[in-house]
Amino acid sequence: MSLLALLGVLSSMIYSGTSLLYATIGEVVGQRAGIVNLGVEGVLLISAATGYGVTVTTGNPFIGVLAAILAGGLINLLFGFLVISRKANQLASGLAVMFFGVGLSALIGKPFVGQKINSLPRYMLPGLDDLPLRISSLFRFDLLIYLVIPITILVWWLLFRTKWGLGLRAVGENAETAFASGRNPNLVKFQALFVGGLLTGLGAAHLTLAFTMNWAEYMTGGRGFIAIALVIFAKWHPIRAIVGVLLFSGAVAFQLLLQVSGVRISPFILDMVPFILTLVVLVIWGGSSKHAAPATLGRVYQGTE
Amino acid sequence: MTQRADLLPKQSLTQNKFVQIIVRYGLMVILAFLLFAIILLITGNDPIISYRDLFKATFGSAYGFSEVITGMIPILLTALAVGLPARIGLINVGGEGQLYMGGICATFAALAFQDLPAILLLPLMIILGILGGAFWAFIAAYLRTRGLANETITTLLLNMIAPKIAGLLVFGFWHSPLETNMTPNFVSAARLPTLFNSRVHLGLLFGLVLLAVFWFVMKRTRWGLEMRTIGGNAQAARRNGIPISKYMIIVFCISGGIAGLAGMAQVSGYYGLLIPNFSPGWGYMGFLISWMSFGDPIGILIMSFVVSIILTGGNMLQITIGLPYAVINLLLAFTLFVVLAKPVLPKLRKGKSS
Repeated sequence: MSLLALLGVLSSMIYSGTSLLYATIGEVVGQRAGIVNLGVEGVLLISAATGYGVTVTTGNPFIGVLAAILAGGLINLLFGFLVISRKANQLASGLAVMFFGVGLSALIGKPFVGQKINSLPRYMLPGLDDLPLRISSLFRFDLLIYLVIPITILVWWLLFRTKWGLGLRAVGENAETAFASGRNPNLVKFQALFVGGLLTGLGAAHLTLAFTMNWAEYMTGGRGFIAIALVIFAKWHPIRAIVGVLLFSGAVAFQLLLQVSGVRISPFILDMVPFILTLVVLVIWGGSSKHAAPATLGRVYQGTE
Repeated sequence: MTQRADLLPKQSLTQNKFVQIIVRYGLMVILAFLLFAIILLITGNDPIISYRDLFKATFGSAYGFSEVITGMIPILLTALAVGLPARIGLINVGGEGQLYMGGICATFAALAFQDLPAILLLPLMIILGILGGAFWAFIAAYLRTRGLANETITTLLLNMIAPKIAGLLVFGFWHSPLETNMTPNFVSAARLPTLFNSRVHLGLLFGLVLLAVFWFVMKRTRWGLEMRTIGGNAQAARRNGIPISKYMIIVFCISGGIAGLAGMAQVSGYYGLLIPNFSPGWGYMGFLISWMSFGDPIGILIMSFVVSIILTGGNMLQITIGLPYAVINLLLAFTLFVVLAKPVLPKLRKGKSS
């Protein structure tokens, strides 16, 4: 197995992991405010289709990214209207959003199937100019890849080091108490969902405008659900989400490596590993409150008189 | 006090309630269709013609109607698999995974014991299918009762593992010599008989019988009473000596078994072979149907019928007006949104939601 193959795998790992990390931290923000959104898949799809469509129409991928982000935020607000304003069940609403996303994205994306786009420009990782082109071309990344770690850290900072984040987590732990201490739980939940939607939209933008560079129906292939699993794996913490995403795309990359080196092992076994690991990790922490989910996760805040 | 109020005007109350539910859901479905009509208008289609085609495709012919009934079978069963544990406060999002495990285990029997006569092979497939689904549910139930992990999360994770097991087995071991992405066709002894000379298979009977049993157990037996007690107030149930953990495990395994039966029915009755991604989300649809009907048996029957009309009719829309099939998910989603948003309709009862 050559060094080139190894580096190629590493590069593809970074490309496939980026959208996943954005989606995961987006879901972390929402869940920290006590809201489970099972519809990430649908949000990703709508954002991806919107971003792609706008890029084809305007010819500018950056406007496409903006459109994708906005679409993500808006769909999450729609979800918020159901679960916060109308106090609907979160799991059911999330699944409804998933079906909504599959349908709407197929409609939005239909005219753009097979269309070419200007993908997000790629910039060389600094300091690699001396390497042969074959290798250095693997390390030309787009802006969204360079930004993913800083944004993750920013989200961590927002959640754990700012007053806004404290309020958000307080709402997720106990909305009544947060209300008593002068916060507006519903407003905070809406904000959390909107921010989460923006982040998910970023993930979708990267997926479609930088990674696959095309649009196809149901192109996300379960990424939204993987993101939900990763949130649990990361114990609702943005920084730990990086580890989770590395593990997941590592498994995918490992699979590619094995294929390159001629080892025959079913890709399905490796695909299972991250989920089984998440399950095992969940059981190991089991019961200890230190690692538990936000206390009122998934519960409807009925309002305080 | 509350119990008494429930007992006294029983007859008229249930009748009123029934009419009320029909009216309410009818209005909601009409609202959803109106919303989808806007989408049709935007895409340059005539909603009236589209809907006429949709209903002609589903009600206009015996074939169309039989397709609706066929489509109803898996979601009816998975909805039941969600509605049953919901009665004791357990949330089963894992219908999808349990359905897969049922399909996988049934396929194992179909391929391994091809020489058995149908009278032995089919029951064997049914039993294995039920066991497969029940095992998948048992993992989640066990972890929940031991206080190790929440069943919502575990069932969701198990959902993602099960299709990959199907992929592993089909691609790795079971595929037919000609095509690597599916098993060979089952021998005829491994096929559930179909009814009325259509694609409707015996799974329908399973669904209807189980629905009746579900209703009977909940309304007329001690188990049902105890389960409703657990669902209503787990603390009170525990103090009254109801073995909650035992109930949780058994009920969850039964519900997993029902979803597994749905998987068995689909591979044996509908497809006649196993493909890795054989479910287009039946488990999740079941969850939504059960939720929309508050786990009420009649409601489950009606809602799975409605959802099946939408999904089956969607095929027609694709053929006649050239929209992608996935767009029909929008109509499904609108129906769900309308029900979830609980619009203020005349005579609206306070929903006993979430």
